[in-house]
Amino acid sequence: MAEHRIETPVSDETVEKLRAGDRIFITGYLYTGRDSAHKKLIELVEEGKELPIDVKGQIIYYVGPTPARPGNPIGSAGPTTSYRMDSFAPTLHSLGLKGTIGKGSRNQEVKDSLRKFKAVYLAAVGGAGALISKSIEEAEVIAYPELGPEAIRRLKVKDFPCIVINDMYGGDLYEEGKKKYRKE
Amino acid sequence: MKVISFAKVRDTIKDLVQKANFELQDDVLNVIKEMEKKEESPAGKEVIKQILDNAKIAKKDKLGLCQDTGLAVFFVEIGEDVELQKDDGLKSLRDAITEGTRAGYEEGYLRKSVVEDPIRRKNTGDNTPAYIHWELVPGDVFKVTFIAKGGGAENMSAVRMFAPAAGQQGIEDFVVETADKGGSNPCPPIVVGVGVGGNFEYSALLAKKALLRRPLGSHNSDPFYADMEKRLLERINNLGIGPQGMGGRITALAVHVEAFPCHIASMPAAVNIQCHSHRVLSFEM
Repeated sequence: MAEHRIETPVSDETVEKLRAGDRIFITGYLYTGRDSAHKKLIELVEEGKELPIDVKGQIIYYVGPTPARPGNPIGSAGPTTSYRMDSFAPTLHSLGLKGTIGKGSRNQEVKDSLRKFKAVYLAAVGGAGALISKSIEEAEVIAYPELGPEAIRRLKVKDFPCIVINDMYGGDLYEEGKKKYRKE
Repeated sequence: MKVISFAKVRDTIKDLVQKANFELQDDVLNVIKEMEKKEESPAGKEVIKQILDNAKIAKKDKLGLCQDTGLAVFFVEIGEDVELQKDDGLKSLRDAITEGTRAGYEEGYLRKSVVEDPIRRKNTGDNTPAYIHWELVPGDVFKVTFIAKGGGAENMSAVRMFAPAAGQQGIEDFVVETADKGGSNPCPPIVVGVGVGGNFEYSALLAKKALLRRPLGSHNSDPFYADMEKRLLERINNLGIGPQGMGGRITALAVHVEAFPCHIASMPAAVNIQCHSHRVLSFEM
């Protein structure tokens, strides 16, 4: 289980180094998006229109934070369950998205898409939103403010902690972990 | 006669929803700490450590333990002998609970996670309506129990109508299967509420009520169901899913089972899954 410190934007070379089970600390920018924002993004893609963010080399964090208290950039900000974004992820990978952060397993289409477009799926610890918020330095709503917690935000992060669940080689920490500890 | 002031109910609920979302209660913390000792996987241990660190930060900084501060679900027991006092412009007990929820989620910087229509999905903006279950009871009791119920774990819940022939084994396999299917999604280690019997809707309500039992991990007073709880906890923890699904010994913190009489033709069962951030708090007046 290796440890990597990576910066955004992320290159193919960086993705190639990552293996399921590795710990990652991200510094740079993450874009937030969950159900409603993804639906809007994919509608734009289908209409051939420009997206409010260029996803090339970027990482999307599936999160809907609590409101920030005065003086803080953001409130509690842990990952939401990723499978709800499964139908959207391959399209975004095809546009150059290098990573997604959430929690919970992805479907086979997403795993195939990671391999095809050289991308990774990462998890942060669900239910540790207060702790995770400490690695977020700035947050700015950049699209769909009307969606409230579901708006797209750009987060400036420092050593944002996560773990590689699915790498571009078919490695899957959830499957491997369960197999190792399962008693029939 | 006991007098229940609506204004007091509102104000108490405003504080209750915040406290529940900022502070894991001691019974929950104790179970997590017990489970930390039993976890063997390095990833699992690290996750539990982060969960405990998170609890300290959330309490100190008054931050949501989780960004999903939940639907506000209430179980209200009202004694038949209490007198309700409609003060401060509050016309109903429902209004008092709704206003308390609205004010608490606003004041506490908690997330507004309710959409006004399941298909059209516009956020109501204030985390109302509150989800209220009323129970009329004898005497002068007035007790409100709140649970902040996040969407991720709720989505992994299930109801099934069994034929009685499926028996105890059918029910137990269903509970384990539901936990297994949920896998990493509901933020394990989970709390599992099981409702057996009643009818279609009652089984689901029993499963949610089972989650409210305090302290966490205590057993049903019926030894038959206490044994079932112990067996189910062991079976779920043998699934290997582990904290956050990364593999390990601890997939569930507790299993609580509640049972109720049912039809001669039926054996309904419901499983309500709750995440490790088990935010339950009550008050009595």
